Amino acid sequence: MTTKTVAIYNWIDERLGLSELAAFARRKTVPVHSQSFWYYWGGISLFLFIVQCFTGVLLLVYYRPGAEAYESVRQITFVMHFGWLIRSAHAWAASLMIFSILVHMFSVYFMKAYRKPREFGWLSGMLLLGIAAVFGFSGYLLPMDELSYFATKVGLQIPAAIPFVGAGLANMLRGGPDVSEFTVQRFFALHVVVLPALFLPLLGFHLWLVQRHGNAIPPSEEAKPARQRKSMPFFPDFVRKDLAIWLISLNILALLASVFPWSLGKPFDPLAPAPMGIHPEWYFMSPFEMLKLLGFIFSGKYAGFGEIAGILLFTLGIVLWLLIPFYDKSKESGQRARAAHYFGLLAIFALLATTIIGYWTI
Amino acid sequence: MSPNTKLPANIIEEPGDQNSRRAFMAAAGVAGLAYIAALAYPIYRYLASPSEMAMEATAITEVTLKDAQKLPAGSVLMFKFGPSPAMLIHHLDGRWISMTAVCTHLGCTVQYEPEADRIHCACHGGVYDPYTGANVSGPPPRPLKTFKVAVNETGVEVSRA
Repeated sequence: MTTKTVAIYNWIDERLGLSELAAFARRKTVPVHSQSFWYYWGGISLFLFIVQCFTGVLLLVYYRPGAEAYESVRQITFVMHFGWLIRSAHAWAASLMIFSILVHMFSVYFMKAYRKPREFGWLSGMLLLGIAAVFGFSGYLLPMDELSYFATKVGLQIPAAIPFVGAGLANMLRGGPDVSEFTVQRFFALHVVVLPALFLPLLGFHLWLVQRHGNAIPPSEEAKPARQRKSMPFFPDFVRKDLAIWLISLNILALLASVFPWSLGKPFDPLAPAPMGIHPEWYFMSPFEMLKLLGFIFSGKYAGFGEIAGILLFTLGIVLWLLIPFYDKSKESGQRARAAHYFGLLAIFALLATTIIGYWTI
Repeated sequence: MSPNTKLPANIIEEPGDQNSRRAFMAAAGVAGLAYIAALAYPIYRYLASPSEMAMEATAITEVTLKDAQKLPAGSVLMFKFGPSPAMLIHHLDGRWISMTAVCTHLGCTVQYEPEADRIHCACHGGVYDPYTGANVSGPPPRPLKTFKVAVNETGVEVSRA
């Protein structure tokens, strides 16, 4: 470094504290053990979110919400050069992001990384997943084709089934008694303004917590004496591996987006009957199927009860899942830790089983 | 560098190793640039789509204006010739004149004023002749380009002169 660059660096450092940051990066380490692979999934989720921001802004260049929504998506897909690719990358990255968040969540769960002092990491992560799901749901309507129209219509039946406030809530979300251009307009506002405004600070909080507490180690590692545990420097070793995995993720995304481009159906028609085989996105298949199954069990005049029972059951499951750090908080792997472990296995089984049944019975 | 990737001190690099390392770094650099270009190209084409479409539109040599023969004398019809605005003037003496409506000064859209019998640009006060398109006064450096006009019973055909 020349004296001039040193001088410039010192000038900035004095004002922004770059050396403190560099010292922090030098000190930071990441544990190395048989389960280290799972540490990358939070980063993959983050990378896919960044992809969503970029492709989302690109779509925003030509997308027009409201009555012209379908026409503008048709233009993006068939008229603008490579518009199909950008739209396809946005849709595929959304699916992949939900998938990698789920992998991240279950790995945190089974490594018991939610225990003290990481309760806020768990809670903020769950909230991020919730917002990501609303991102997916609201984005799905924006092309306003047949499929997105009916998916939104059916999806909004879930809040509508909540006793007393449900009908009003659903009307508020739809902007009227039925899905229309008013719905797409407010879903658009939700998708590009409200949700990012909630998501970004929460994501910042989540990442700050990771820096503050470092990576959690699974109970099997905790059992070892401290000097037997291995670690690698965060910078440059872990960062280099992280970036390599981001590159692999980008390649997988590019492959999926170009080989399986996202389709655009017929424009929505409020008078047309629902097309055969209509089903929600894969990440909503499980609750969709659970409601359907309960609808079979409680048919006829008990059908309304079945819906409410389904929503209650699902809400109860989510609340129990959220509260796990306050139930399984001991460092030792006792009775409660085992119960939490089985609860996690049960959750995976229920999600997989209902999703498979859902696709089986389309 | 982590401890396990450090080379033992007794391994000395041959000069050939350094050459192949340099070749590898160069190849990696080229591959990286190619990768970035492969990402940037679709994004560039996507964003450039409207201007490319406009370029295609400039290739147009002829526009048919349906029912424009009914335009009363002493009035103007604004229309698009390719990507840019143009005007068809039906003069009081019965002459049909068509020319581009883009001011040659800074690109504002000009206006036909029948009462003053002139073409005026409100941006900087440029004035053109409504029959020839000649720049009469004000800042415009060049005349407005005129088009050929053919009037028939179903409409008016405007084409490049």
